[in-house]
Amino acid sequence: MDYFLVVLLQIVGAVGNLALISVGLAVIFGMMRVINLAHGEFIMLGGFAAIFSVQAGINIWLAMLVIAPLSIAVLGVVIERLVMRRLYGRMVDTMLASWGLSLLLIGLATTFFGNRVVGIAAPVGSFRIGDYSLGAYDFVLAGIVLVVFAGGYAVLRFTRAGLIARATMQNREMASSLGIEPSRVYAITFAIGSALSGLAGGLLAPISGVLPTMGVAYIAKAFITVITGGASVITGTALSSTLLGSINTVSTFVTTPVLGDVALLLAATIFLRLLPTGITGRIFKGAP
Amino acid sequence: MTFSTFSRAGSIHIALAAIAMLAAIIILPSFAPLYTLINVTLYMSMGVFALSLALLWGYGGILCFGQSAFFGLGAYAYAIAAINFGDTTLAAAFAIVIPALFAAGLGYFLFYGRLSDVYLGVITLTVTLILFKLINSTGGDAWRIGEARLGGFNGIPNTPLLTVPFSGVPLSPAQMFMLAAIMLFVTYALCKVLIVTRFGRAVIAVRENEMRAELLGYNAKRLKLAVFVISAGIAGLAGLLFANSVFVSPTMFSLSMAAQVLIWVVVGGLGTLFGPVAACFALQIATAALGKLGIVDPNIVLGTVLVVFVVFVPGGIQPALAALHAWIATPTRQSRTLEKVAR
Amino acid sequence: MKISRRLFLGGTAVALTAPWVNRGFAADDITIASIYDLSGGLEIYGQPIDACLDLAVSELNEAGGLLGRQIKVQKYDPQSNIQLYTQFATEAATSLQAATVFGGITSASREAIRPILSRYQTLYFYSPLYEGGVCDRNTFLTGSTPSQTIGQLMPFAVKNFGKKVYVLAADYNYGQISTKWVRDYTAQAGGEVIAAEFFPLDVTDFSAAIQKIQREKPDVIYTLLVGGNHMSFFRQWAAAGMAGQIPIVSTSFGGGNEHIVLTPAESDGVMAAFGYFQEIKSPANEAFVKRYHEKFGDKAPYVTEHASATYNAVHHWANGVKKANSLDRMAVIEAIESGSTVNGPGGPSTIDPKTHHCATDVHIGRAKDHSFEILESFANQPPADTAAVCDLVANPNDNQQYVIQ
Repeated sequence: MDYFLVVLLQIVGAVGNLALISVGLAVIFGMMRVINLAHGEFIMLGGFAAIFSVQAGINIWLAMLVIAPLSIAVLGVVIERLVMRRLYGRMVDTMLASWGLSLLLIGLATTFFGNRVVGIAAPVGSFRIGDYSLGAYDFVLAGIVLVVFAGGYAVLRFTRAGLIARATMQNREMASSLGIEPSRVYAITFAIGSALSGLAGGLLAPISGVLPTMGVAYIAKAFITVITGGASVITGTALSSTLLGSINTVSTFVTTPVLGDVALLLAATIFLRLLPTGITGRIFKGAP
Repeated sequence: MTFSTFSRAGSIHIALAAIAMLAAIIILPSFAPLYTLINVTLYMSMGVFALSLALLWGYGGILCFGQSAFFGLGAYAYAIAAINFGDTTLAAAFAIVIPALFAAGLGYFLFYGRLSDVYLGVITLTVTLILFKLINSTGGDAWRIGEARLGGFNGIPNTPLLTVPFSGVPLSPAQMFMLAAIMLFVTYALCKVLIVTRFGRAVIAVRENEMRAELLGYNAKRLKLAVFVISAGIAGLAGLLFANSVFVSPTMFSLSMAAQVLIWVVVGGLGTLFGPVAACFALQIATAALGKLGIVDPNIVLGTVLVVFVVFVPGGIQPALAALHAWIATPTRQSRTLEKVAR
Repeated sequence: MKISRRLFLGGTAVALTAPWVNRGFAADDITIASIYDLSGGLEIYGQPIDACLDLAVSELNEAGGLLGRQIKVQKYDPQSNIQLYTQFATEAATSLQAATVFGGITSASREAIRPILSRYQTLYFYSPLYEGGVCDRNTFLTGSTPSQTIGQLMPFAVKNFGKKVYVLAADYNYGQISTKWVRDYTAQAGGEVIAAEFFPLDVTDFSAAIQKIQREKPDVIYTLLVGGNHMSFFRQWAAAGMAGQIPIVSTSFGGGNEHIVLTPAESDGVMAAFGYFQEIKSPANEAFVKRYHEKFGDKAPYVTEHASATYNAVHHWANGVKKANSLDRMAVIEAIESGSTVNGPGGPSTIDPKTHHCATDVHIGRAKDHSFEILESFANQPPADTAAVCDLVANPNDNQQYVIQ
C-alpha cells in the first residue's frame, strides 16, 4: 500500500519534471513557431547561473527562482536581437541557427566552466511514508511548476498582454495592422521562453547537476512533449506532460528505464497518429 | 522553365557528375595517400545519406527528423545478414530492402493518418530515438540474431567488409573508394532523373500544393509514400557504405546523426541535390580539421559557422553560388544595380 | 568497365604498398599519436588522460628522449564521435606513420580503432579501465579489468556490510559485463545479488530506482554508473534522505570526477576500488603528484586511474623501445613481452606477456570531502579474467575481444 502511494507520488514528481523542462520550449515554439534546439543549453546555463550565484553567497531560492531565469532572459534578448529576429517565418532556418547556438554554448561552457563545477545540494530535506524515504524537493518543484502554469494560463487568458500575445501568434499581419508591433511581442515572448528554460535549469541543478553537455538529455524529450501537446502552449504542455510523464514513470517502475523511455516515445507516436495536430489540436481547442 | 530546358540542364549536371566521378576513381587511388582515400570514401557515404534527405525533403516536401533511422537500419541489416550468411553480396541487398520495407510500413502509418509538417517530423524523430534506445540496450549476450550479437552501445565492430561478389575476397580500400564514388554518382543521377519523370513532377506538385494536386487526380498519399520508401532505400545504401568505412554502432541512430543530415541539406540548399553533398563534405572536413588543431573547442567554431551561415547565406550554398554566378555574369555595374533595384 | 577494372587493380597495388614504409626514419623526432576526446561529453575523462600523457612524454624528453631522439605527440580530438576515431586512427597509422598510438576512452572507440591499427601494423596502447577480454598482440592494455578491482572490492563489501547486493549499472557492455563479475564475486564471497538494474547513459531521473532499492532493502549497493547524467543518482539519493543509510561501493565512481562535482553531503562515504587514487600515500605517488601540479598548476584535473594508467602506458612503450633499441613494431612488442615493469604512481605495473594486460596494485578508497581516503591496498593483482581466455604466447595470431562467461 505504501509502495503504491510512493509510486503515485513519483508520478507527480515526474510529471512536474517533464512539464518544467518543456515549458520554455513550448512558449517559444507555440507562440513563434521557432524550434529552439538550444533549449537544452538554456537549461544548462540556467543551472550554471544558479550554482555560481549560490557559490557567491546568494540565497539558494533567490538564485534558482530569480537569478537563473533573469540571466537566461537577458541571454535570450541578446540572441533574439542578433540572430532570431532575422529568421522569423523560416522555421527550418531557426532550427539550424539554434542548433549552431547549441554547439556554440556547449563549447563556451566547456571552455569557461568545464566539467568540474561542484553542484549545489537540494535546499529541502526528505519525508517518510512507511518504510520509504522520499525527497521533498521533487514536490516543491512540482508545486512551483503548478504555479508557473496557472500563472501563464491566467496571463494569456485574462490580461491584455495575453490577448496581444495570442493575437500576434494567430495572425501576425492582422495584429500588426491593429497597431501591435509584432517584433516587440516576439522579442518579449522569446525572453519569457528563455527565462522559463533558465528557471528549469536553476530548479534542476540540485537534483540533476549541471554539466556543459547536459542539454542533450533534455531536448528530445521536451520537444516531443511540446509537439504532443499541440497548439495550446499552457494547456497542451500540461496535458501531454501529465500523460507522457505518467506513462514513463509507471513503465519504468514495472519494467526498466529503457522500456520506460521507449513507452514514452511510443505513446507520443500513437497519440500523434490519432490526433495529428497534438492533443489540443482536437480536444480543448482554443485554450491558451 | 520548360520541360525541355529543365531536362537539358539536368543532363548536363549528370554528365558533369559522371566526369567528376570518373576523374576521382581514375586519379585519386593512384596519387592520394591511403588515409585521404579512406576519408573520402567515408565522406561519400555520408554524401549518399545527404542525398536521401535532399530528395525527400527538398522535392517531396516531407520534413523527416529521423532519417538516421533508415541509415542505421541499413547498416544493421547489412551487418546482421553478412554475419549470418557469410556472404556480403546478398547482405548488401538487405541494407537497401529492409529500410525500404520499414519505411513502407511507417509511411503508411504516417501519410494515411494525414500527418504533416512538424508533427510528422517528430514521429520520425521518436522512431529513430526508439531504435537508438533499444539497440543501445542490447549489450547483453541474449541479444543476438542468428550468429550476430547486437552488442549494444559498442555496436558490431566485427562487421564483415564487402567482398568482390562470389569470391570472398574483401574489397581493398581503393576498391571500396571506387564503389562509394560510383554509388554516390548513381544515387545523384537517380535523384536527378527521378525529379523530371512524370512521377517526380507529381511529387513536386504535391509538395507545392497537396490539395490542388489531389483535385487534379493525383494520389498524394501514395506519391508521398513512394518517395519516402525510395529515400529510405537510399539512406540504407548510405548506411551500408558507412558500415564498411567506419563500423556499425547505435550512434548511427542518434539525435546528432539525425540533426547532422538536416544541417547538410539546409546548408547546401533545400530543393537542390549538389548543395547538400557539398555541404556534407565541407562540414565533415572542417570537423576533422578542428579535431587536429586542438586550439579551441571545435563546438565553438562549428556553432559560430552555422549561426553566421544561416543569417548571411539564407537558402544555402547552391542558391548562393547560383546568385553569385548570375551577378558575375551580369555585364555592367549599371545593370547590376538595376537588377538589384528590380528585385 | 574493362579499363576501370585494370585501374582498380593498379590503384589497389599502389594503395597497399605505399604506406607504412620507413616508419619514423624521415624526421629527427619520434612521432607518436594520441586520440582522446578533449571536447564533447567524454571530455571529463579525456582531460586528465591527456595531461598524464604529456607529463610522461615530457619526462622522457627531459631525460634525453628515446634512441637519442625527442618524442613529438600529434594529438587528435575525436570530439566524442566514433566516426572521427576511425578517421584519425587511419591518418595516424598511414599518413603520420606514428611509432605508436595511445587512444580510445570508451570500449566502443577502442573497438573502432583497434582493427585499423592492427591492419596498418601500428602499435597500440589502450589505458582506461574496461570490461576485459581483449586479446590482440598488437595492443597493450594498461588499465584494470573487473577481476582485479571487483575481485577485491566484493569480498570487502560482503564481509563489512552484508550479503544482499543491489547493482545499478550503466546499460552498455562495460556495465553489463562488469555486473556478471559482480554476481560471480558476490557468490564467491557468500553473498547474493538480489537485483541488477541497467540505465542508458542519458538517464537523469533515478527516483524509481531509489524507491525500488528501499523496497528491496539490500545491505550494500554496487554502482557501475558512468558519465555526467548518472551522477544524478547520488544527488537524488541524498535528496531522498538516503545518504549514508545503505553503503555504496563502486568500480566506476571517481573515474569521471564524481567525487569532485558532487557535494560532500552527496558523495562522502562512497567506496571505490581502482588501480590508482591521487591520494595514495607513497613516495613514488607523492613525487608524481608534485610533478603533475608543477607542470599543470593547482587547478589541473584530478588524476584518475585512466590517467595514471596512460602515464604507465607511455613508460611501458619507452621500456620496449629502449630494450629493442629500435622503433620497429615487432621488436618493440617482443621487448615489452619479454618483461616490462613501470614503477608508476599507483605501484608497479607489470606487463603480462600472455594477455598484454598489466598486473597492478589495487586500492579501495572512501570518498570524503572531494577526495578519497585509502582504506586498503592489494599488491600485484593479475588480470585473471582475461588470462582465463587469452594466451598470446600460445596463439600469437589471436585477435578478438572475448566475452568472458
